[in-house]
Amino acid sequence: MRKLLFQSVLSRPLTEPAPSPDDAAVAELATELGQAARRRLGRSLSIREVDAGSCNGCELEIHALNNAYYDVERFGLRFVASPRHADVLMVTGPVTKNMREALERTYHATPNPKWVVAVGDCARDGGCFAGSYAVVGGVSEVVPVDLHIPGCPPTPVAMLRGLLALLEQADANAVTS
Amino acid sequence: MPSLIDLTLEGRKVEQHAPWPRVVVDASVWTFAASELAHGRWSLLGLWGEPATVHMAIMDGQTAGIAVISLDCPNRRFPSVGRHHPPALRLERTIHDLFGLSAEDSSDVRPWLDHNRWGVRFPLGDRLDALPKAAPYRFLAAEGDGLHQIPVGPVHAGIIEPGHFRFTASGETVVRLEQRLGYVHKGIDGLMTGASLERGVRLAGRASGDSTVAYAYAFSRAAEAALDLRAPERAVFLRALLAELERLANHLGDIGAICNDASFALMHAHCGVLRESVLRAAGAAFGHRLMRDVIVPGGVARDIGHDGVEAIQAALDNIRLRFPALVELYDNTASLQDRTVDTGTLKASLASQYAAGGYVGRASGRSFDARRALAYPPYDSLRFDVPVLNEGDVNARVWIRVREVEQSLALIDQILSRLPQGSIRKEVPLGGEVREGMAIVEGFRGDILVWLRLRNGLIERCHMRDPSWFQWPLLEAVIENNIVADFPLCNKSFNCSYSGHDL
Repeated sequence: MRKLLFQSVLSRPLTEPAPSPDDAAVAELATELGQAARRRLGRSLSIREVDAGSCNGCELEIHALNNAYYDVERFGLRFVASPRHADVLMVTGPVTKNMREALERTYHATPNPKWVVAVGDCARDGGCFAGSYAVVGGVSEVVPVDLHIPGCPPTPVAMLRGLLALLEQADANAVTS
Repeated sequence: MPSLIDLTLEGRKVEQHAPWPRVVVDASVWTFAASELAHGRWSLLGLWGEPATVHMAIMDGQTAGIAVISLDCPNRRFPSVGRHHPPALRLERTIHDLFGLSAEDSSDVRPWLDHNRWGVRFPLGDRLDALPKAAPYRFLAAEGDGLHQIPVGPVHAGIIEPGHFRFTASGETVVRLEQRLGYVHKGIDGLMTGASLERGVRLAGRASGDSTVAYAYAFSRAAEAALDLRAPERAVFLRALLAELERLANHLGDIGAICNDASFALMHAHCGVLRESVLRAAGAAFGHRLMRDVIVPGGVARDIGHDGVEAIQAALDNIRLRFPALVELYDNTASLQDRTVDTGTLKASLASQYAAGGYVGRASGRSFDARRALAYPPYDSLRFDVPVLNEGDVNARVWIRVREVEQSLALIDQILSRLPQGSIRKEVPLGGEVREGMAIVEGFRGDILVWLRLRNGLIERCHMRDPSWFQWPLLEAVIENNIVADFPLCNKSFNCSYSGHDL
């Protein structure tokens, strides 16, 4: 273990400032997201993820946000274990009828001010599961949605971009209200 | 001892069912099959319904012979299999929830997927209005001095799928765990009915996100079996390439995540980097990080270019360079071993009774791997080992994954070096009036079964059975007498699917 840790100290971090197009997007997001988050919430935004019926594909990519390449915590974005600690709910999936109440209760357990981000194509309108006897539909049928990030599933970069858009929108609202 | 062949001679053989036989039997043969399952002579592969029929897929473990037996139930009842063979219980409860067919004399008649929230009962059978008020779900009793209950979920603390766990604990020790699933039931079986193959394979690829390749693979092979169609050679090899990349990514993620549940974040961070390298290579090669919607009936939807091959080879080189040090770290960290060794031990007898697939079965002495036992192409011409251990603990399930990572690396090398030239997709014929097909494909989690019936080219009925059906109940068994704090570790080492199970 010591060897591995020592190597990590000596080697460059994997977190990307590298020059390929995707990498450039991440680097650009790093600055923008950092500034917007700081203006609105000081340094941090706590996110609670809720799977309201997804196939688990979106969860896999949300997990990837935490790996060394995307390192979402450097932007002040942090996944938390309880809605009581959260500013943002990231909701995935077509909302199933069996999850409807759990989603509502999670929403009501989240303190104000709060934002809801619907992640993935199913979360918009039920996607390919729309019309099933077991599915309510998109997330906005159950709780108010501030932002939708499309994709099946969205890539981690697309999710970072979406969170940035949310921060800007929240900022604009704060100015006008 | 009668063989499966004898059993299939007892009934009326259904034409146009491929590749294994399906026979319509009477209640006595059905019950005989249930008792053979109970005596461990055969394994249950699946049990599913139609509006007035039940089907059961059975495998003879010795010969890997497979058959489907079907029983008509004109009076909406069928003899319970679960009464003799507990692995069938949840499947029977599901048949009742969806089709309204009752398992006679079953020891468990509680609902399973139906939480009384659909507004309708028996959605795929003769529909009835939902009950006015849902009766509270009766969890199994656990009685004794000083026992307390811990309800967990459906919304969990991590970024994972929803489900409910009801622990009964005596101090720190778990006396009983009972699962309550069905929260992510989307009605996929219902959506399949009447769908085209094109829509069907998209739905199949969204049954369980981490197994999107394996599901599309199994669905496509089932459709091709029904239509007597063979995918082009290049597509056959590309499918295996996709399947092994998926296995590699998931195993790497799991190895890190299991260690993370023992608070050993270093492994998690490094394994996460390796997983990401596989996903990026997959994205470069096939245009989608999870390789979704690439496998379709008739072949594959997109070819791999020279750049894609190079990206995959670079990812493989990187894993070969870095993975051994991580395995060594896992093996030599006493505090981590202290958590994983002898934790959550699954007995070989239970693994065999439940015909547990994947790393869950193979860590407990059950050597079944569909790639080897059923040897579907191209695996019949590729060299690989099927690692098997007997310890059955969390540690063994980690080591099976480690060994399978190594095997997948070697398999991808072989596939890339032998990738045939030529077309990647064949036209899918409409087929005759009624055609039935079945396929079993080894996903990273275990064997996925897909059965379907096509009528004039449309899906009349499609059933998909996730390996988790036979793994979830075993998680209840292994946690007994372990401490509550070890549950995440046990759970992650099983990594069962919620969505694939709930459908």
